[in-house]
Amino acid sequence: MCLAIPGKIVELLHEDRDLAVVDVLGVRRKVDVGLLEDDRPITGDWVLIHVGFAMSKISEVDALDQLRILTELGEQDAAVEEVRGYGLGSP
Amino acid sequence: MRYVDEFRGSELITKTADEIRRLADPQRHYRFMEVCGGHTHAIYRFGLKDLLPPNIELVHGPGCPVCVLPMGRIDDGLSMAENPDVIFTAFGDMMRVPGTRGSPLEYKARGMDVRIVYSPSDALKLARANPEKHVMFFAIGFETTAPSTALTLMRAKAAKLHNFSVFCNHVTIIPAIRAILDSPDMRIDAFLGPGHVSTVIGCRPYGWIANKEGKPIVVSGFEPLDILHGIVMLLQQLNANEQKVENQYKRVVPWEGNRAALKAMAEVFELRPYFEWRGLGFISQSALRIRDSYAEWDAEQRFSVPGVRVTDPKAAQCGEVLKGVLKPAQCKLFGKECTPEHPIGALMVSSEGSCAAYYSYEFRKAAMASR
Repeated sequence: MCLAIPGKIVELLHEDRDLAVVDVLGVRRKVDVGLLEDDRPITGDWVLIHVGFAMSKISEVDALDQLRILTELGEQDAAVEEVRGYGLGSP
Repeated sequence: MRYVDEFRGSELITKTADEIRRLADPQRHYRFMEVCGGHTHAIYRFGLKDLLPPNIELVHGPGCPVCVLPMGRIDDGLSMAENPDVIFTAFGDMMRVPGTRGSPLEYKARGMDVRIVYSPSDALKLARANPEKHVMFFAIGFETTAPSTALTLMRAKAAKLHNFSVFCNHVTIIPAIRAILDSPDMRIDAFLGPGHVSTVIGCRPYGWIANKEGKPIVVSGFEPLDILHGIVMLLQQLNANEQKVENQYKRVVPWEGNRAALKAMAEVFELRPYFEWRGLGFISQSALRIRDSYAEWDAEQRFSVPGVRVTDPKAAQCGEVLKGVLKPAQCKLFGKECTPEHPIGALMVSSEGSCAAYYSYEFRKAAMASR
């Protein structure tokens, strides 16, 4: 429940500045970036996602490391399933 | 579940494990508590105990939100699901947690509208799509999850969405650590601090653990190397007779936390005077409730909640296991009446619960070995 999923910001949405499209292991979904108000991400940034919300920005190296650990833990499928489930929809 | 051991060959892991053995005083017994359920899960999954010398004992902490929720709160939440106009939503972790008359999944099987969501914004979307229904989100979690619930409530208020509410069961980690340190049967030498909770609250709130209680605490990440490295840092502090808050997980956790997230929490939530924790009892100012300015979206104010208190089955020793006094397998029901397929206590439900983690990895490993 406390594991976070790294995703890359691929698009910031003009119609709602609190939403961004992220790519997680090839799956693209909208997430809420409202919790990063003080340090808004831009396209190409990596973020850690927890329950549909970007929680923090991280470096690409750390994000790839984090993805590797999800894979080692055998949790990449669960992560992708979770991301697919986010209610904000696909772009 | 797969037990992972490919990482063991790595040179860094071997080096770090050697360093732990070098630093640990063989004359001493160490009890380190990993506060977070995510750590418990990783420790079992990677079999990290096998890499530690026998005099380093890892005690599993209270940081599994599903596990610390008393059964009465589950019953309270489910009582709303019985209203035919309500869609009951919760994270997948909650679905198999038993209430007095069954788990949310069993309520669903009886025809009630119970749905898994992956995000509170999912629940909000359901409310938009079903204006004739009321969507109730059963919110659980520590400070990692609470900001997302807060922001969702702010969005519901801004959109004037009136068919949505939250049954708030958010808890805070600091009072739980305090309760453990105050408990007379606990003897913990140092703490591995929670990783993702700290992305929100930062490292300052742990200061008293080092300064007043004299216990080292290292906020750690979730990789095997992170956890082992956290243990190295704890041993270094103990050997130097130091008590500090240190941050092993700097790549993710800023020392000051996430201000915007704390702001959202402060806007929507206030502290409850007290809240009951499974195994730890009533702890003052340890949980969040929704402020009056958001009363319309507070399920506890919109619905009449029975406020039931249910004591755990007498034979189940969830409380002792939760506090780290007993190991999972020392509970009388472990692996017999209580299994992941038929859980009696919540520790056997969540993959972050120490009983489920122990059962899935250690217990099966031992059973396979004895065949």
